[in-house]
Amino acid sequence: MSRSLRQRALDYFHHNPTVRAWSLVAPGGLWLLVFFLVPVFMMFTYSFMPRGMYGGVESGFTLEHYLRFFDSLYLTILMRTTVDATVCTVACLLLGYPVAYAITRAGRFKGLLLFLVILPFWTSFLVRTFAMIFLLRDTGLINTALQSIGLIDEPIVMLYTPFAVMLGLVYGYLPFMILPIYASLEKLDLSLLEAAEVLGARPAARFFRVTLPLSLPGVVAGALLVFIPSLGSFLTSDLLGGAKEILIGNLVQNQFTAARNWPFGSAASFVLMALVLVSVLIYLRVRERSGDAAGAP
Amino acid sequence: MHSLKLPAWLIVLVGAVYVFLHAPLLVLVLFSFNDSKFSVSWEGFTLRWYERLLERDDILEGLQASLVVGVTSTVFATVFGTLLALALARYKFKGRLMLEGLLYVPIVTPEIVVGISLLILFVLVGFPLGLPTVIIAHVAFNISFVVVVVLARLQGMDRTLEEAAMILGADELTTFWRVTVPQLWPGIVAGAMLAFTMSFDDYVITSFVSGTGSQTLPVVVYTMVRKNVEPSINAISTLIIVATTILIFIAERVARDKPLTPAKD
Repeated sequence: MSRSLRQRALDYFHHNPTVRAWSLVAPGGLWLLVFFLVPVFMMFTYSFMPRGMYGGVESGFTLEHYLRFFDSLYLTILMRTTVDATVCTVACLLLGYPVAYAITRAGRFKGLLLFLVILPFWTSFLVRTFAMIFLLRDTGLINTALQSIGLIDEPIVMLYTPFAVMLGLVYGYLPFMILPIYASLEKLDLSLLEAAEVLGARPAARFFRVTLPLSLPGVVAGALLVFIPSLGSFLTSDLLGGAKEILIGNLVQNQFTAARNWPFGSAASFVLMALVLVSVLIYLRVRERSGDAAGAP
Repeated sequence: MHSLKLPAWLIVLVGAVYVFLHAPLLVLVLFSFNDSKFSVSWEGFTLRWYERLLERDDILEGLQASLVVGVTSTVFATVFGTLLALALARYKFKGRLMLEGLLYVPIVTPEIVVGISLLILFVLVGFPLGLPTVIIAHVAFNISFVVVVVLARLQGMDRTLEEAAMILGADELTTFWRVTVPQLWPGIVAGAMLAFTMSFDDYVITSFVSGTGSQTLPVVVYTMVRKNVEPSINAISTLIIVATTILIFIAERVARDKPLTPAKD
């Protein structure tokens, strides 16, 4: 009896691929709908509503929260966030590319070197940020060491500076750059390099005209993986930056906690989302083109 | 053959980057054994910062909360994500491309936006903040990551074994459990590992949806980092680093496995 029921159920599924597909989609899809899309949409609605008395919102429609971003204060935060994320991405690229390149050429050390990049990639971001504090603070290891050898009398203030935030961002996201570049360098067809060498290309020419263009997909992916979390970074600037180094993420957090201005915080979130969206679109465009370039004879 | 030798400046630069990546953590670990409360000069070996951890209820409770949240949310996210990946890889249906695109949205959405939008939802519907809301949030941000990992495995998978099983008379469910799942297993485990690590490590989202009572380990550690200079933070950090290292070793072993052969009996 139960066998035939099971068989009938299977038959039903078998003849309805769409039903079957959506029954696989349903649990996760509903979860994401209710606990991701709906909340984000609610936040979007909040960003157009007037601010209420006690942190909430009142009904109505307004653009004032978005217009506030033309105030110089918020424009500065916006600029700082974009510039920091860009500088961090470039720094990660300049430091990360050579590492990825060296790993592919490391012979029997390849596994070890790769593991040493994967390890920090997985290690708690909070712990790694604390490691930076431990080094940089006035009573930290760098200052103590410099003082004990008599190089400086007073500690150099490093924590709660723009420098500390940038160092923390690069330190935090560098593995995100190395791994995708490594993945695309690893796939590189070495016979192309041999051909270039046979045809008389010098090492620099071989790198800039063969290796680099062919590894562009990895570079672009790495850049996106560094740029997006840097844009939305909150912990790094919160713990290493102090009050003067506020980024958009901190502004959002502040509006939902201390300032209790939820609609403005929502608007700030969507300004951040817009920046993310633009960078994803740029990524897709560039990937398309670099894909074409790599595929061209 | 082109030369495989790297120029000296490149080796120096790469070496420096590795020092930059690892020295801070090594120093952190080293000083968790330093017998001095405030000084960062070496005063001798001690384990008292570790003993101190055991005396702190908030850390033990935080660890317990993190494990509960991590395991529960990983199970849900892994099951949901694997089913979604199967749907995307195996079926052509209306809205498939849109669904696939939508699944990438949670991955690129900044954590702070995910956390706060959920906070708005919970506050608006009057859902009390606590461990259940943390678990809900962690499932929500982990599903997409599981989908990406499992989908990658599915796309590289050979379907002839499944076809063979069907031809030999196995029905769909039998084929799924005895052939598909074993073949897919490394991908599922890798996805689960990723989900667990991200759940166990998350501070930003958790801090918004956890309320005041139920604090996970990262929330406790964050408070310590904010307030304290005591080397107990070094000790708890060291334990987290060691646990992470062990987890990656296991993950690497599993991921490197060849496609498993289907059950033999």
